[in-house]
Amino acid sequence: MQRKSLFLRFSAGFGFLFLYAPIIALIIYSFNKSKLVTVWGGWSLKWYSELFQNDQIIDAALLSLKIAFISATVAVVLGTMAGYVLSRFGPFRGKMIFSGWITAPLVMPEVITGLSLLLLFVALEGMFGWPSGRGTGTIIIAHVTFCMAYVAVIVQARLSSMDETLEEAAMDLGAKPSSLFFLVTLPLIAPAIISGWLLSFTLSLDDLVIASFVSGPGNSTLPMVIFSKVRLGVTPEVNALATIMIAIVAIGVIAAMFQMRRQARLLAKLD
Amino acid sequence: MTSSQPIDTQNATATANSNVPLWKQQDAEPFLKIENITKKFGEFTAVDNISLDIYKNELFCLLGGSGSGKSTLLRMLAGFESPTSGRILIDGVDMAGVQPWKRPVNMMFQSYALFPHLSVADNVAFGLKREGASKHEVKKRVAEMLDMVQLGHLGKRKPHQLSGGQRQRVALARSLVKRPKLLLLDEPLGALDKKLREETQFELINIQEELGVTFVVVTHDQEEAMTLSTRIGVMNHGVIVQTDEPHDVYEYPNSRFVAEFIGSVNLFEGKVVEDQPAHVRIDSAEAGGTLFVNHGISCAPEQIVHVALRPEKIKISHNRPDQTENCIQGVIEEIAYMGSLSVFKVRLPSGKEVRVTQPNFTRHMGERFTWEDKVFLSWDEDSSVVLTS
Amino acid sequence: MSISTGSVWVDGSSSRMQRYNIFRRVNWGRFAVVAIPAFWLGIFFFIPFLVVFKISLSETAIAVPPYTPLLEWDLEEAYINLKISLGNYLYLLEDAFYLEAYLSSIKIAAISTFFTLLIAFPIAYLIARSDGSRRALLLALVILPFWTSFLLRVYAWMGFLKKNGIVNEFLLSLGIIDQPLVMLQTDFAVYLGIVYTYLPFMVLPLYSALEKMDMTLLEAAEDLGCRPAQSFFLITLPLAIPGIVAGCLLVFIPAVGEFVIPALLGGSDTLMIGRVLWDEFFLNRDWPMASAVAIVMLIVLVLPIMLIRNGQGKGEAI
Repeated sequence: MQRKSLFLRFSAGFGFLFLYAPIIALIIYSFNKSKLVTVWGGWSLKWYSELFQNDQIIDAALLSLKIAFISATVAVVLGTMAGYVLSRFGPFRGKMIFSGWITAPLVMPEVITGLSLLLLFVALEGMFGWPSGRGTGTIIIAHVTFCMAYVAVIVQARLSSMDETLEEAAMDLGAKPSSLFFLVTLPLIAPAIISGWLLSFTLSLDDLVIASFVSGPGNSTLPMVIFSKVRLGVTPEVNALATIMIAIVAIGVIAAMFQMRRQARLLAKLD
Repeated sequence: MTSSQPIDTQNATATANSNVPLWKQQDAEPFLKIENITKKFGEFTAVDNISLDIYKNELFCLLGGSGSGKSTLLRMLAGFESPTSGRILIDGVDMAGVQPWKRPVNMMFQSYALFPHLSVADNVAFGLKREGASKHEVKKRVAEMLDMVQLGHLGKRKPHQLSGGQRQRVALARSLVKRPKLLLLDEPLGALDKKLREETQFELINIQEELGVTFVVVTHDQEEAMTLSTRIGVMNHGVIVQTDEPHDVYEYPNSRFVAEFIGSVNLFEGKVVEDQPAHVRIDSAEAGGTLFVNHGISCAPEQIVHVALRPEKIKISHNRPDQTENCIQGVIEEIAYMGSLSVFKVRLPSGKEVRVTQPNFTRHMGERFTWEDKVFLSWDEDSSVVLTS
Repeated sequence: MSISTGSVWVDGSSSRMQRYNIFRRVNWGRFAVVAIPAFWLGIFFFIPFLVVFKISLSETAIAVPPYTPLLEWDLEEAYINLKISLGNYLYLLEDAFYLEAYLSSIKIAAISTFFTLLIAFPIAYLIARSDGSRRALLLALVILPFWTSFLLRVYAWMGFLKKNGIVNEFLLSLGIIDQPLVMLQTDFAVYLGIVYTYLPFMVLPLYSALEKMDMTLLEAAEDLGCRPAQSFFLITLPLAIPGIVAGCLLVFIPAVGEFVIPALLGGSDTLMIGRVLWDEFFLNRDWPMASAVAIVMLIVLVLPIMLIRNGQGKGEAI
């Protein structure tokens, strides 16, 4: 029944290898004792201990986590609103423009977004005195702006795949639109909101270009520090940092998968 | 086979040899020969050692429930599955190892499988273009085919712009345009609503007769099988249980499975008490008496058998009819008025429920029946069939 | 999509009427739900482009901020001075460097997009044809790298492609080459980096297009005389076109303006417009010129951006 030729398997396998080989190599070399990145000098946790003694990296990481947390939270609120408007509000004046605005940040080259936001901040400061100087606040605003687009699209996709009669049933049973949203719609789109938050968090944690434009002096985020380091070449500390970040993500994703599988099994048992 | 040759069809077909269907002629060469085909998926046997001969110009129906193996058999004919063992010969050619795109066979899919990105005309032309037919030839044959299915004016439309019935006809035209020797149809009318299905059934028969193509149809719908086919093969658990003309399958089922699968039937369990070449008597506690059937059976003495009796063969009356054999008494428990006929459920003293249908001859039934009426049920001696399996 | 929006319109308008009539009070809430995100995006996404456009028409100056004002006025002296400079745009046209940078960006983005498609297609096809838990696993494997840092994934390739990096060591040890290949800091490395980092954006829309395809269509094609290879080109490929278009746009548009990949993997001669903009801004501190570069890039990309009506493919997949 399933037609999967050898050619298909081989080329897809090549694709997966391509996807993972560099990451795996990076992880292995993070445990390399040798300072020379490509010479294997035996297993060691040396670079991890050096990483944790590097205040510049630690500070930048803490700043990035703070920015990512706030940005993701605000982006989820705004993005959920926008996604709800897109899929449940029907036509209204300016909907085309609205949906265009929502999705454009997804593909807009980062250099353009970064430059335009910076120039806006400068102009606003000149006119209203706000924001005075640039730093954490401006980075958060910038991150919220492009993260909310992702959240909006995820929430919209979830809502349009969801049965609208559930909401109609709630209305039929006397739920007003406001309580309808909090009692029925919100719990149903919760998975989309959670993945929207996680995605926003990662995107914010990962952003180099936009943050470089809109940050002020002394506000170096983690990607900015990494970039300035790796620009000069491969450094073992960054390997260790990358391994830690990849491990956190992998654990998170595996945990999510297990959770989903457990739920599926539970459902199967109920049947 | 329990029933020997049915008497009426024998008389009708004995006149001229040319009128005798091919499958009744001793020396006729089958067009499609299926020899001991078995198909296993892992441990599961989908098709279990089936042998079947299908003759030219037949419209053969494979009838069975889901999981009976009918679709697997059809897919093996098309070449999408290869048999685990056995042979398939089409027009004398062994199909083993012949790829689907090289077989002289076309298939009409249950979902129609119309290519959504191609227009109706391009869908129909698809097969011809693969043969390398000339542009002119393709155009001509596509137009002919679309006219035949009365869609000549819709050639430029895309499949999603058609109604269900129109799509079905495009699928038919597409599968016929290459003039296959054998056309396989998988639930050809399954997706149509009842009214359309009835109309389309007759169209399908007309087209088949006009083109002289051999059809093998897979269906789970017994009515469809009855109206369409020259012969029916009833399938169950990967085996063909009975192969006969529609009339014989209905009137002379060879097993309880076939009797119950096709139409509805009342079954009385009983013991053979008198076994003669031309008749048998069966003592049935369920029926509350002895049942007389005017055909002989081959069985052991005192064997437990079932007497099958179709609901429409039973007469129902308030007064005792003047016949001694095959007359039993019961109480009406339920009545369903269905317009053209009425259905009664009659409870016998043994507790057995008997289903009886009566055509509604007049607007007001001459003899009105109501709940709790005590009634007599009677039938002719040639109305019932004895089933040994 | 066009069909489903039709029904949404009908449903939406009826429910809106209902709400107008019965729940008059909540219209404020409704207004707020539209207005807040729209307001945010208006200020922080749309207006910035106007600002960029404005600044692209001024000249660089030694000041804070480092550009000349477009409009100067003095009410007491009663003069208004509007000074629009097209100098930046003229310079963009005159200096072949910029034109080359744009063309080279488009070329690099296009070639990378093509190879991304080539690698993504079998993966998407395999996932779409797998069943149940296997499908979920493969899909997760494609998405997983997307959740890890983009910057670090680009960085991983640096260790791979270096002169004494893993690929060279491997090939040398096998004796396939006797001199290390120069791979890092070449256009090749940039192609590789773009293909690598954008692969999920191509796989996911392709997968969602292929997954919708009815497998019996391929059987029907074979039944009508098509060999498997032929049916791929006649059936599978045409039906995957929406996914191909969406995936290519999702890769091509950001790739044109890519900065990190050419900066880390490209050579000094790898010309990409994102890098030019970055340098104008951070090295030359010529904000007006950087703005003009951005505006022209936007004009180049406006058509493909319009083509993505909604980021559906991306959202669904994530």
